[in-house]
Amino acid sequence: MDLFSYILKRLAIAIPTLLLLIVISFLLMHSAPGGPFTSERELPPQVLANLNAKYGLDDPLWKQIGNYVWGIVSEFDFGPSFVYKDRSVNEIIAQGFPITLTYGLLSFAVAVIVGVGLGVAAAVRHNTLLDYVAVGVSIGAQVLPNFVMAPILVLVFTLWLGWLPGGGWQGPEYWIMPVIALSTSFMASIARITRSSMLEVLTSNHIRTARAKGLPERLVILRHALKPAMLPVISYLGPAFVAMITGSVVVDIYFSTGGIGKAFVDSALNRDYAVMMGVTILVGALTIFFNLVVDILYGWIDPKIRY
Amino acid sequence: MRLRTTLACSALALGLALQAQAADVPEGVTLAKDQTYTFWLLDAIKSMDPQINTDVEGSDVLRNLFEGLYNEDGNGELVPGVALDHEVSEDGKTYTFNLRDDARWSNGEPVTAGDFVYAWRRLADPATASEYAWYMELMQVANAPEIIAGEKSPEELGVRAVDDHTLEVTITTPLPYFPQMLVHGSTFPVLQSVVEEHGDDWTDAGTLVGNGAYTLVAHQLGERVVMEKNDTYWDADNVVMEKITALTINDVNQALTRYLAGELDRVDIPAGQYPRLKKEYPDEAVSTPYNCSYIYMLNVGEKGPEALKDVRVRKALAYAIDRDIIVERILQGGQKPSYNWTHWAIADFERPELDWADKMDQAQRVEKAKELMAEAGYSPDNPVNLTLQYNTSEDHKKIAIAASQMLKQIGANITLDNYEWKIHTDRMQNQDFDMARYAWCGDYNEASTYLDLMTSYSGHNNGEFYNDAYDQVMKDSKTAADPQPLYQEAERILAAEMPIIPIYHYANVDMISADIEGLPENNVNNTWYGKDLYRIAE
Repeated sequence: MDLFSYILKRLAIAIPTLLLLIVISFLLMHSAPGGPFTSERELPPQVLANLNAKYGLDDPLWKQIGNYVWGIVSEFDFGPSFVYKDRSVNEIIAQGFPITLTYGLLSFAVAVIVGVGLGVAAAVRHNTLLDYVAVGVSIGAQVLPNFVMAPILVLVFTLWLGWLPGGGWQGPEYWIMPVIALSTSFMASIARITRSSMLEVLTSNHIRTARAKGLPERLVILRHALKPAMLPVISYLGPAFVAMITGSVVVDIYFSTGGIGKAFVDSALNRDYAVMMGVTILVGALTIFFNLVVDILYGWIDPKIRY
Repeated sequence: MRLRTTLACSALALGLALQAQAADVPEGVTLAKDQTYTFWLLDAIKSMDPQINTDVEGSDVLRNLFEGLYNEDGNGELVPGVALDHEVSEDGKTYTFNLRDDARWSNGEPVTAGDFVYAWRRLADPATASEYAWYMELMQVANAPEIIAGEKSPEELGVRAVDDHTLEVTITTPLPYFPQMLVHGSTFPVLQSVVEEHGDDWTDAGTLVGNGAYTLVAHQLGERVVMEKNDTYWDADNVVMEKITALTINDVNQALTRYLAGELDRVDIPAGQYPRLKKEYPDEAVSTPYNCSYIYMLNVGEKGPEALKDVRVRKALAYAIDRDIIVERILQGGQKPSYNWTHWAIADFERPELDWADKMDQAQRVEKAKELMAEAGYSPDNPVNLTLQYNTSEDHKKIAIAASQMLKQIGANITLDNYEWKIHTDRMQNQDFDMARYAWCGDYNEASTYLDLMTSYSGHNNGEFYNDAYDQVMKDSKTAADPQPLYQEAERILAAEMPIIPIYHYANVDMISADIEGLPENNVNNTWYGKDLYRIAE
C-alpha cells in the first residue's frame, strides 16, 4: 500500500472514531449531576423551562445528539454557548484556539529544539561536565511542574525584575513566559529520551563503520546517528502534544491568555455542554491528526516500516 | 434609605440637584495625568447584555456601559441616574419616574422611557430566556409571573411610557425598597434597534450601544475588557477617569503578584494574607463590609436526617462552633462572626438581642450545647452522625475542618463531603444533604433580601424550613410602615428554630492603589461606578 492510500484509510477510520467520541462525551456529560442553568439561585420552574426550550435541552437525548451532529455536518455550526450567551461555540474557539495554538506550537518547537540539542550534547560528551549539567538541568526541569513554574516566573520576571508583563495576550512579549512554563518539562523529557537513545545509537555497528571510514565526528552525529536516535523521540511527540493541550489549562489560568484550555475546563465545570463538545471534538481531531503525522514520520525515519 | 412619599422624593430631588455630578473631586486636589483604572476579574465576563448577565463581575462592567433609573453613591444611597426623581401613588403600587431629557445613547440617540419598557419586557419575555427573569417577579411588576409562564404577552407587563421622559411602573404589592432594586443591572435600558439588528452579537465591542459613562472598546474573552469615556454621556463633563480596563486573572495569588508589580489598581486579597499586607501596605490594604452571609444550612425537611428535626440538636450545632476562631485564625480579613442571617451592615437593620449571641461567651455556649445534646440523647460516647457538604475551595475546606473538630466535642460526628460546585448545588436543591455550606449575597441593601429566602415560598429555602409564623412576619413586613421590628422578629424566630447555622458576614478585602479615589467606602453592595473615580497626582 502506498502512503497516499494509507493516509486515506486512516482518515476514513477517523470519522467513526470522532462520532464515537461525540456520543460518549455527550452521554458522560449529561450524566453528570447539575446542568448549565443549575445555580445557587434556583431558577423558577417556568424560567428553567424557557431556557431548556431555547437551547433544545428539553428534547430527548438521542434527538439532541442528532441535532448536534447534523449542525456540525451541514453548517459546521457547533451551537451556542449555554454560559457565554452572547457567543457561539464557533466564536469562542475562533478566539481562544489561535492563542493556544500560538504558544502551543512555540512551546513544541522550543521543547524539541532545546531538548534534542541538550540530549545530543550530553550523549556526545558522555560523562563530562556538560553531560552532568545537561542531565541536571533536565531532571530539574522535569520535577518543576508548570503550575509551580508559572508563579515563580511571574514573581521573578514581573515583580522583581519588571521585564515582562505578568499575563494577558497583547503581543510577543506576552508569549515568553507561557512558552517557558509550558515547554520546560517536555523539553526535559525530550532531552533525556534523546540522550539515552543517542548513547545507544552511538555504540551501534553502523556508527563504528562511519567512524572507521574516517568521517568527521560532526558528520557521524548529524548524518548517521541523529536520525535513528530520533525514533523514540518521535513516538513521544504524539502523547506530548495531547499533554500540552491539557497543560495549556495551567498556562491559561496563570497567564490569563484567554486560550482554549481554560475554556475547556470551565465548560466542564459550568456544564456548558456545547463548548465542551466543541473543544472535545477539536482536541480529538487534532490528536488523530498528530498521530497520523507521527506515523508518517516513522516511515520517513525508519525505512523498515511499511504501511 | 426609603422613598415612600412624593414629599420625600421632592426633597430627594432637591438634595440630588446639588450634588448631581460624577467624580466629586475636592478643591485643591491635583489630578494625575494618567486617568486610567485597571481592576481585576476572577473569571471571563459571561455576557455584556444587561438582561442576560447573572454575575456580580458582569454587573461591575455593565454599570459603566449602561445606566439605570438610579445609581448608588459611596454610602449606598440612591442618586439620580436616568431618572431624576419619582412619585408614588397613595396605595404604593404605582411609581412614576421623571427621566432626564439630556440622557443619550452612545450613538447619539436620546434615551427614552420606551427604552426601559423594551428592556423590562425583554427581561420577562420567555423568548429571551433570561436566568434573571425572576427579578421582574421579585420587583412585583404587574403580570411578570404570567408573562414568564407564557400565559400573557410581554406587552402586558406593568410598565409603560407615558411620554418619552415619563415612565410608569405598576407593582402588585407595595414594596418599600422598590427604588433600591432599580440599581440592579438587569433593569438597565437597552436600545431596541441595535439589539434587533445584531441579534446575539449586539454586545460585541464596536457594536454595543450603551447609555453609560463608558463605551466598550475591546473585549477579549477571558483576557481583558477595555472601556473608554463616552462623550455622549449626559454628565461626561464631570467624568474624570478616561479609560477603565478589567483584566481576567483566574488565580487570586497571581492577581496579587501582578497588583504588586503595578499592573492593577485593585485586587482581592487571598484569605489569610490581609494582616501581613496591612502591615506592609497600610494605605492600600482595606477591608469593608460586603453584602453576603456565610452559613451552614441544615436540612430540616423530609429527606433530612432525623436528628436535625430536633431543634435542640440544631441549636447545639450552632452553639458549639467558635466563630471567632474561624474569622480570626482562618479568614483574617476583617470578616465578622455572625449569630444571625442578615448581614450586619445592611441599611437600617439592627440585629435584635439574642441570648446565645449576646449573653453567653463561647465556653458557656459549648456547655449549653452539651446539655442540649444530652437532652436529645447524644454525647461524645454516643455521637450523632452527620455529613457536612461544601463546594471545592481551600477556604471552605479549612472552615469545615475547624467546624467538624468543634462539633466533635459535643457529640456530633461530622463527615466532610467535598463536591464540585454544580454537584454541590444540585444536591442542595434536591435536599440530598444534612448540613451544607451556603452563602447568600443580597440583591439590594435591605434586610428582606436575606430574610425572604427563609420563607416557605422562597424557592431558595433548600433546607425546607417551613414556619407559618415566619412566613406571616415576612408577609406583614411588605406593607408595614416600618418593617424593621418585623425583620427583628424574623431573626428571633430563626434563632429560636435554628434552621441555619450562621458562621460569618463577608467583607471585601482588597488592595487598592493609594492614588485611586472615588471607590465606595460604606456601600455594602460595593456598587462602584467608573464615573466617580479619579486618580490623584502623587
